[in-house]
Amino acid sequence: MITQVTSFSRNGMSDWIVQRVTALILAAYTVALVGIVLIQGDMSHGDWQALFSQTWMQIFTLLAVLATCAHAWIGMWTIGTDYIREHYFGASADGIRLVYQVGCVLLLTVYVIWSVKILWGNG
Amino acid sequence: MQNDHRPINVNPSDLMAFAWPLAALTSITHRISGVILFVGVAFGLYALEMSLASEEGFEALKGMMKSPIGMFITWGLLSALAYHFVAGIKHLVMDFGVGETLEGSKFAARLTILFSAILIFLAGIWVIQG
Repeated sequence: MITQVTSFSRNGMSDWIVQRVTALILAAYTVALVGIVLIQGDMSHGDWQALFSQTWMQIFTLLAVLATCAHAWIGMWTIGTDYIREHYFGASADGIRLVYQVGCVLLLTVYVIWSVKILWGNG
Repeated sequence: MQNDHRPINVNPSDLMAFAWPLAALTSITHRISGVILFVGVAFGLYALEMSLASEEGFEALKGMMKSPIGMFITWGLLSALAYHFVAGIKHLVMDFGVGETLEGSKFAARLTILFSAILIFLAGIWVIQG
């Protein structure tokens, strides 16, 4: 069987669902964080630190970062395959796209590790 | 058999030769705002790390966000977020089969611009008042 590398999970239906589920998580996180900042008004460093030392906020934040990874990868993958093609980039298109995709994955991996360090690193 | 009349790739230099329907403009802006946010997460994590690290870091970040460049970056990222959020909601609504006609998509594109413009304006006020 030939496996076509046509999407993140090699299954467009799965990509479609993942993109929407992660969108809902990110929308919820955005509304929650903006809401807290606006309702609390002038936050002190103590308020801010107290917020992010709560387990639910730490989990919600990491969940949002992980959702960002899947969501951004599907989006960036789509953009890469739409524009980084032979028609525009010539024979080296495949190589350029590979570098682009590896760069995207690396940056998203850095985001995950960085956010774990921020959330739990300094106690 | 090759069909010589099939649509082919459009070169970037030809893009301006087309009249861009509103739905096309809102779609490409959704993509662009997504790419901005992809990079913008780095700014967000940098700010989160600085703000949580110490009282001094928290105050220093506040100061940075009040500088002209800081205000521009903050407002720019909030604007990209606001737009991507609204255009994404539009997508989710359309998933349910709402607004799929030509007229419907025009109306949805107008609503996207209206709601995101309001949020971008409010984000600007928030950034200035700090």
